[in-house]
Amino acid sequence: MIVELGHFALALALAVAFAQSIIPFTGARLNDVALMRVARPSAIAQFLLVAFSYGALTYAHIVSDFSLVNVIENSHSMKPFIYKISGVWGNHEGSMLLWVLVLSFCGALVALFSATLSDKLRADALSVQSLISAAFLLFILLTSNPFARISPAPWEGRDLNPILQDPGLAIHPPLLYLGYVGFSIVFSFAAAALISGRIDAAWARVVRPWTLLAWIALTLGIAMGSYWAYYTLGWGGFWFWDPVENASLMPWLAGTALLHSAAVMEKREALKIWTLFLSILAFSLSLLGTFLVRSGVLTSVHSFASDPERGVFILAILIFFIGGALALFALRAGALPVGGLFAPISREGALVVNNLLLSVICATVVIGTLYPLALEALTGEKISVGAPFFNGVLMPIALPLALLMPIGQMLPWKRGDLSAALTRLRVAFLIGVIALAVFFASYGAPYLSVITASIALYLIVGGLSDLFQRITFRNNDLRAILMRLSHVPLSALGASIAHAGVGVTLLGLAATGWGVESVIAMAPLKAYQVGPYQLMIEEITPRQGPNYSEIYAQMSVQKQGVTLGRIEPAKRFYQTRKMARSEAGILTIGLGQIYAAIGESHPDGTLDARLYYKPLVTLIWIGALIMAFGGACSLADRRVRIGVARRSIALKSGEAAT
Amino acid sequence: MRRLYQLALGVFLVVSASASFAVSPDEILSDPKLEMRARTIAAQLRCLVCQNQSIDDSDASLARDLRLLVREKLNEGLSDAQVLWASPALALIGGGGAVWWNLRRRRAALSAGATLTEEERRQLSALGANGWSQDQSPSAD
Repeated sequence: MIVELGHFALALALAVAFAQSIIPFTGARLNDVALMRVARPSAIAQFLLVAFSYGALTYAHIVSDFSLVNVIENSHSMKPFIYKISGVWGNHEGSMLLWVLVLSFCGALVALFSATLSDKLRADALSVQSLISAAFLLFILLTSNPFARISPAPWEGRDLNPILQDPGLAIHPPLLYLGYVGFSIVFSFAAAALISGRIDAAWARVVRPWTLLAWIALTLGIAMGSYWAYYTLGWGGFWFWDPVENASLMPWLAGTALLHSAAVMEKREALKIWTLFLSILAFSLSLLGTFLVRSGVLTSVHSFASDPERGVFILAILIFFIGGALALFALRAGALPVGGLFAPISREGALVVNNLLLSVICATVVIGTLYPLALEALTGEKISVGAPFFNGVLMPIALPLALLMPIGQMLPWKRGDLSAALTRLRVAFLIGVIALAVFFASYGAPYLSVITASIALYLIVGGLSDLFQRITFRNNDLRAILMRLSHVPLSALGASIAHAGVGVTLLGLAATGWGVESVIAMAPLKAYQVGPYQLMIEEITPRQGPNYSEIYAQMSVQKQGVTLGRIEPAKRFYQTRKMARSEAGILTIGLGQIYAAIGESHPDGTLDARLYYKPLVTLIWIGALIMAFGGACSLADRRVRIGVARRSIALKSGEAAT
Repeated sequence: MRRLYQLALGVFLVVSASASFAVSPDEILSDPKLEMRARTIAAQLRCLVCQNQSIDDSDASLARDLRLLVREKLNEGLSDAQVLWASPALALIGGGGAVWWNLRRRRAALSAGATLTEEERRQLSALGANGWSQDQSPSAD
């Protein structure tokens, strides 16, 4: 019964979504305030209906209702409780439902936190937002119904894919979707601005917090996903340039560019058209990612062509929204007034370069992801574009960008003095050069790691230099410093922290070149050297989990005879799916990690193992956390906080200076 | 050596591909330059079934198949790969060109602003504008 209600609520949500996309929009054209104000309650109603529907599916998973095809295919009565909840989105239908849930949640957020918006802007934006909801609700109901029943119902389900049975899956997709789909808000506001033809600094002030929010969630979601892949897939890597990963990286890159161009627009009314374009682009890339992941086109272009129902539907949605938005853009953007002028050497100029480089990186990722698909569709030839292409091509763009980041922070708006900015960065340059010498002397190779790590240290120091120079001045006792710190605008603080976070991640990436890998057959009770540590198998034991059995090797990690800790890499076997999965054993020592994954055991008692020493590897994810924290600082800035756009305009003269 | 292996694996990943291939009986390529590169790549690829041998050294049939695969892919696919590798440079040049062109246009707009008539100036100051930021000319941002 609850399942049927959930299905019904979904259909009802579709009806509400259609109404919401038509009525407020019509109201905005007729200047009818009553019609425009339908937007808010209907956005909230739509969210509640989808949430109910989502709750119903979750309920069916929790109680193991095996009359539902979705539950049979992705659940098992013995599956741990947390995976019964996270398993709801661990499959196509459920994950699309989560997508729409987040989409309608975003709509409801706009409805709730838009008291300061004009009725017209809100009505238009929520109409567009709702049209996207309607399209995806229709997609779910027509091609991907999670509530399909089966009779007779089997006694047991087929269990969830073992790789997905991990706490990482419980956190990664919701965060990622909040980021992905969060850009829909920005997209909707951009479409609304194009429809009404009004776009100014106030619009940027409305859009910037939403961009930040989506960006923070996407940053955390990508980092979480990469760490999850690192410790569950057992191959020691954290990023494979897989199209599914690229799907999340593309909107992140566009979103990062948008964050910066929106700042220019808010401060200086410049880069308006470009900001609008990026607003459309960020969500378009999210849609593209959804298409790539959800249509099956990645498995094979031909399998997509032979079973095209879902793929073609998403492709139609993609073309409608991206094409529609770009057509609107082409029609209206030219009529927008030109913004403030600036000299090439200025904060604006630096941000233009930032946007150029980020766009090139983004375009490269798009090309590298789509090229194999296009080639296969056109010629039937299959190629795989992976790490050598992306690393080889992106580093020469990313490293100059990293060099420019602190310089941009030091330049004032309108017209800057390059030599003054460089002088303020002399400490950072000095540290970078010393690091280069030290790394080169102690490691020598690989050159890319030496250079990248030096630039990373320069970036950390350089990113924080602006902040440091703001709070230290003649009188440097603690109280004076804290006093000045409290006066630093949170958005400037956030920028400093986020830039330093990029440096921290870059340092972690650079250090991968200094890791040690050893693939060996390990004999028990014998120590093996991995980097500065010795690993020894103490015992190999079988163990029974709730829905799997495993063989784990207890290994000690020692340095000069002192045991630092133990790890338990395991090989798990999931009976229901007849699938094996390796569980890496990881010991964090300082900022580095010892990582072990085990494979086959041999008759002579040895065990195949892959052992890694990964210096500074945790910095990759710590840096992402720092970036997200920087974003959160900016979001807390009262000029940027969600919903205060209008108020802060009123207070502009007083607030802008702080 | 590990780096070399990574590099080789990288080259292999870009160049190599599907499991389906027509095995040609003749291993040596007609183009000596291409054959040279094939040898270099094969020398850097580790044989999967034999220890401490590259596929160039090995007599295993798998190694032979892999050698053929490398040659085949070198023969047909590389020009495509070059297009791919050039794309970021093209994007950078294109994007940089667009920015430069836009800046020039802005400069032009600036100097046009300097030649406003006295009447236009008065209208502008009546609008409370600071010169060009409120310029209503329909031009790209």
